Amino acid sequence: MEQNVILREGYTRLKKTRTLFIGGLLTALIILIGVAITLGSADLTVGESYLAILAGLFPGTLNAPDLATTIVWDFRLHRVLFAVAAGLGLAVAGCVMQGILRNPLASPFTLGIASAATTGASIAIVLGAGVAGGEYLVIGNAFLFALLAALAIYGMARYRGIGSETMVLAGIAVMYLFSAVTSLLQYVGSAEQLQAVVFWTFGSIDKSTWPKLGIVSLVLACTIPYLIYRAWDLNALAEGDEVAASLGVPVERSMIVFMLIASLLTAVIICFTGTIGFIGLVAPHITRMVIGGDFRTLLPASGLVGALLLLGADSIARSVLAPQVLPVGIVTAFLGVPFFIYLFLNRRNA
Amino acid sequence: MARLSVEDLSFAYRDREVLRGITFSVAAGEVLGLVGPNGCGKTTLIRCIDGMLTPRSGRVLLQGQELRTMHRREVARAMAYVPQSVGNQTSSTVFETVLMGRRPYLNWTVSPADEEKVAEALDLLDLRDLALRKVSELSGGERQRVMIARALVQETGVVLLDEPTSNLDVCHQMGVMEVLRGLASERDLAVVIALHDLNLAAIYCHRLMVLSAGTVYGYGAPEEALTEEMLRTVYGIQAVVKRDLSAPYMVPVRPGHPAGEV
Repeated sequence: MEQNVILREGYTRLKKTRTLFIGGLLTALIILIGVAITLGSADLTVGESYLAILAGLFPGTLNAPDLATTIVWDFRLHRVLFAVAAGLGLAVAGCVMQGILRNPLASPFTLGIASAATTGASIAIVLGAGVAGGEYLVIGNAFLFALLAALAIYGMARYRGIGSETMVLAGIAVMYLFSAVTSLLQYVGSAEQLQAVVFWTFGSIDKSTWPKLGIVSLVLACTIPYLIYRAWDLNALAEGDEVAASLGVPVERSMIVFMLIASLLTAVIICFTGTIGFIGLVAPHITRMVIGGDFRTLLPASGLVGALLLLGADSIARSVLAPQVLPVGIVTAFLGVPFFIYLFLNRRNA
Repeated sequence: MARLSVEDLSFAYRDREVLRGITFSVAAGEVLGLVGPNGCGKTTLIRCIDGMLTPRSGRVLLQGQELRTMHRREVARAMAYVPQSVGNQTSSTVFETVLMGRRPYLNWTVSPADEEKVAEALDLLDLRDLALRKVSELSGGERQRVMIARALVQETGVVLLDEPTSNLDVCHQMGVMEVLRGLASERDLAVVIALHDLNLAAIYCHRLMVLSAGTVYGYGAPEEALTEEMLRTVYGIQAVVKRDLSAPYMVPVRPGHPAGEV
């Protein structure tokens, strides 16, 4: 009996560590949001940033300078929050994919979803053809193609029998196919079009607006609580299809639902940002190393790590060559590649 | 009534028939060993019983209730599955991996009673000191005990195991089988184990079912099922079966070298 109490206390400590980690991440994110808002040509202090945010939230109650409030609310806050939302969504999508496919390298990028979005964007840029008009031509195409890739992977997996290996192989096949189409479009496109396509693949949060942030937030709000609600099923699937089935999880249906949600999350983010690599791959890994694999805490914590990483990377992208802004995709790759290599080496050692 | 009954079960992958007319039953407290050469259909049979594969015909009954008519959660409360001791990529701790066995009973939160059950199972399988270690860091034998502990907290009447002793040395093989045989009688479990090692199966199983090319070749106590003729017909090998020990023991003979010669 006494032994059991000690055992359970150990688990309770683990749960506390997780809560603390999530609390720490939230605090760090709130601080980083304040710092990120100060970055730019108009000088603002962190205190002024917070005051301006609060003044916008509760008009008339706080005495913040109008100029600061305008700068924060019209120019900076949506970009900062977009980085948070995009980082969160990409990390959660990566976390789900790695879990259900039981593959540490699975992410929206290695599964061809990002490459399909690039093809969609390229078709819009080079051929001017697309499902939507105006500003939404590129966005609409990227979104549609990302979902098409997800459906293609699903279709192949369905035909061959849904298993994690099939999905990963199908994803890689899809990635090569869409990369080839993009290369072809780049080959036939003009110099300006080529530049636009290449710039799209860099990934950037420059074009964020409040409505775009609204769309992404809505999708996050609809999907992430559902994923956390089904955390036990994700835990079981991470142990293997057969184990999950014997624990009462409807394996095939769950795999499809989780894959589609992860794809939707990815599609709705990268259609606005272009290719932002490595967040979906790296954030879940970092989190898992610190707090382990229980999806009940892994999902929200990975999301917060992703948000911190992308906001951090965007802040670096904006300050390194200020007033020039580097595409954030380049910065995340600089952060991500060394980590990727570290993971690879670590796995070999293990 | 038998805990688990399989009646005239057949299964085919597209046009290739893998199992034909399989019938057997397992009572509470009984350990049944599924043996047979590679590709004879052991794993397929386990997967059909577990509901991962849908049989072409025949029935699987759990406590007299047909598996097909039961809800997944109901099945998960009646039958547990222990996979082969292969690499575990997840970074979960031993405690959490075992806790997952409570999934058929859990909503989202974990109650102190669930934690208590996990602690008991860890204690029973001598995993106390490893509770907060990651499963991926454990040895094959320890990992296998974790999987069995998870099946135990699932509190089912039937436990299926797919080659639980592959990748284990003889000491750990015996350790795992000893635990299973003990649990079967203490907790009145019906245990079905797919095994490669015929001698191990003969020592620890109450009955053996020999599968050959998807059909039942023999079914009975180890003394009846493990025969020289069976080894010749099913495995295509010459062997001597020694019967002077507590369980029959087979010794393979090199082709062209009569028994007893080295």
